[in-house]
Amino acid sequence: MGSKAIKIALILLSASFVTIMLILPLVTVLTYSMRQGWRIFVSYITDYYTIKALNLTLLAAAVTLAVNTVFGIFSAWSITKFRFRGKQALTTLIDIPFSISPIIAGLVFILIFGRIGWAYPLMEAWNVKIVFAVPGIVLATVFVTFPFVSRELIPLMQSQGSEEEEAAALMGASGFLIFRKITFPHIKWGLLYGVILCAARALGEFGAVSVVSGHLRGKTNTLPLHVEVLFNEFKLTASFAVASILVVIAIIVLILRNIVEYRLKREDG
Amino acid sequence: MKRSILSKTIAGALLLTGVFTAFAGFASDNAAGKISITNVSYDPTRELYEQYNKLFRAYWLREKGQEVEITQSHGGSGKQARGVIEGNEADVVTLALEGDVDEIRKAGLIDAGWVKEFDKNSAPYTSTIVFLVRKGNPRNLKDWDDIIKPGVEIITPDPKSSGGARWNFLAAWAFSDRKNGGNEEKNKEFLKALFANVTVLDSGARGSTTTFVENGQGDVLLAWENEAFLSQKEHPGDFEIVTPSLSILAQPSVAVVDVYARKHGTEEAAKAYLRYLYSDEAQRLEGRNYYRPSNPNILREFKDAFNLDVKLVNIDDEFGGWDAAQAKFFADGAIFDEIYRRR
Amino acid sequence: MSGLKTPSGRLKRDVIPGFGLSMGVTLTMLSLIVLIPLASVPLVLKDYSLSEFWRVVTDRQTIATYKVSFSCAAAAAVINVFFGVLLAWVLTRYKFPGRRILDGLIELPFALPTAVAGVALTTLYSERGWIGYLFSKIGVKISYTTTGITIAMIFIGIPFVVRSIQPVLENLDPQYEEAAATLGASRARIFTSVVVPEILPAALTGFALAFARAIGEYGSVVFIAGNIPYRTQITPLMIMNKLEQFNYPAAASIALVMIVFSFLVLFGVNILQSKISEISRGS
Repeated sequence: MGSKAIKIALILLSASFVTIMLILPLVTVLTYSMRQGWRIFVSYITDYYTIKALNLTLLAAAVTLAVNTVFGIFSAWSITKFRFRGKQALTTLIDIPFSISPIIAGLVFILIFGRIGWAYPLMEAWNVKIVFAVPGIVLATVFVTFPFVSRELIPLMQSQGSEEEEAAALMGASGFLIFRKITFPHIKWGLLYGVILCAARALGEFGAVSVVSGHLRGKTNTLPLHVEVLFNEFKLTASFAVASILVVIAIIVLILRNIVEYRLKREDG
Repeated sequence: MKRSILSKTIAGALLLTGVFTAFAGFASDNAAGKISITNVSYDPTRELYEQYNKLFRAYWLREKGQEVEITQSHGGSGKQARGVIEGNEADVVTLALEGDVDEIRKAGLIDAGWVKEFDKNSAPYTSTIVFLVRKGNPRNLKDWDDIIKPGVEIITPDPKSSGGARWNFLAAWAFSDRKNGGNEEKNKEFLKALFANVTVLDSGARGSTTTFVENGQGDVLLAWENEAFLSQKEHPGDFEIVTPSLSILAQPSVAVVDVYARKHGTEEAAKAYLRYLYSDEAQRLEGRNYYRPSNPNILREFKDAFNLDVKLVNIDDEFGGWDAAQAKFFADGAIFDEIYRRR
Repeated sequence: MSGLKTPSGRLKRDVIPGFGLSMGVTLTMLSLIVLIPLASVPLVLKDYSLSEFWRVVTDRQTIATYKVSFSCAAAAAVINVFFGVLLAWVLTRYKFPGRRILDGLIELPFALPTAVAGVALTTLYSERGWIGYLFSKIGVKISYTTTGITIAMIFIGIPFVVRSIQPVLENLDPQYEEAAATLGASRARIFTSVVVPEILPAALTGFALAFARAIGEYGSVVFIAGNIPYRTQITPLMIMNKLEQFNYPAAASIALVMIVFSFLVLFGVNILQSKISEISRGS
């Protein structure tokens, strides 16, 4: 029983898990979306409302990424590099959006900005719409993906310890310099994973957004919502065709990550 | 050093708050010159309204010389009603159930007496509950008695989570009520036998259809007539529609959401939009989209498509209206819960 | 020089600058996006008496859903930790054709809208689907049972575990393992004494996240669940049912129970995690 045999066994086990759990569902989606032929598939994905929904989804994902990356770096830095009371509670609070049912995540914004919410009179007075409009969609997406980046960074920076940073600080380096020169090189892969994860999740988010969207076609319908609407209209094929756009975007994102990762690692080496 | 920490903290906080308010800033719609109305509807009406909106746009331009832009929204009926209550500013709603529209009235957004605002209790088109069975009807299911026999597998959505599924329950109850001479206990037994045969209780009508059609579960799907037609259309030749001897008149309701329409200044167009649903052209369009036109003359033009012999009870006469039916059957701890608890 | 690890030298006071700024930003964002919104949930319950609240959250049918949701989520999280560690290990330690593709596929569950994933999984595991067909041959039904619910939860949870562990393994210098090997340690011994302590905090995080996410998940689970009361109904569906009846307080009550429970699980795991990482850093 050499290490080679173990290696092959482990790889095969992983590969079969991924095949059964991930690849087969994906293949199912693609099979369905092509069921009525290529021409009809193309007409579904180039539909006016599909394109509109795609744009909105990309916008929401872009804002989400920006917000959550900033938050991720700052929160991981403050949690792992300093000692303070209530750290566990803070970490747990950051995790909360993960554990909240997407339905509730959407509902909380309705309970603030909706007609039954406490901030509604204020919104009316300023003539601003949050829920059932684009800002609400962005907000809901940010909420559900909020911990992604920080969650990726915290265990990583924890296992790293902060001796190097402390040494640098004793030598008088500023916070930003320490981050840039010492911390960042260690965490850049983790950060990248977090960002990619966040992007993938933001693109596919359905539950929370569905509650705050109002499903106004061409205005507040995101791509996953459009998939759901088509599905509920008894258009299974069309809905899976639109879903396959999301799959393709996800695959593009993942390829990009691999290229970036490869380049950066070669620079290092 | 100390001072700068504090000021940086404040600066960071201010910056972020600024970003958020900037986002809140890009506000809603508003088109100049032309009028814009939003129609919040339920799931399977998309094609109907896509076609109807074209018809109405031409009509309004002819009549008023004004361009009208119509934004559609589709989703589960109850969820859509909730959206409107929570601030989704629809000018008109065209939902599956009178009860859902009435919730919007209770929230103070629709004026009282909306049911009588348009003809036929504000239901321009109707539907009913039918059985969708597999090709050749292998279990020979013809009526409600057949589907409660042991061994028959039924697929229906959950009346608790799907408004539309409440019609299924009520239709079965009405049938049993006739058969058992109004004996409530016998009716409960009948419904209990029916739900004992339910193998998958999806949360929505579409989920049930997928379960039945795509995943091959069950012998019979209880469905709205128009949705049964849509399933047949997606899978020609695989399924048959069986109309039971007695069913229920399902009346999807329409209403102007008065408060929002007044706010947007679209009352006139919104009213006209719904009234025009009763015109002959629109009625025919509804028939072609598998809804039964409420105009009896137009309905007769579709006698080949719909089984017009079925006896249809209506909810007001049979159950004393939505509120009463909701309280008696579907509220927490009411008859539907009891049926499951008694197993 | 990432291998620099001195057991001594823990400083009594923090010397790294930037605490004020980073904490300020963290707390502001957390409050705006998470805390203030969440505080609005109990507000809905202000007209609700405690006994009403209690009646709703301890209703027999609701309790049956807790059992289904929590047991399936726990089973799914355990399975995910096993396969998550395996996948992370294989992806970071071995070079083989198709590794990048395997790596890239891990995030797939995030990118697929949950409803699509739900429909696809249900089809795949029903008697008509490829996998469901094989299992139906041996008399096992997957779709519309708790097994099906667990499968859907494994699907949505796996990226959390893999992506929690992977960066840690990537940073863990294989030199340690090699050094241990040259000292004659067996493979199993190396794994348990060198690798496990390092990845344990991350694995716990992965477990907690996968578990918490599985409890709350609605879209992909509801299709495969069958939703038969007392048997295959999940808790989020109960919330949906209450909302469908325009009963906001009842929905918020059940939601509150779920939030509190999830918070406790995550809190416990976080404490455990930091204890472990302190021990493993050799103090």
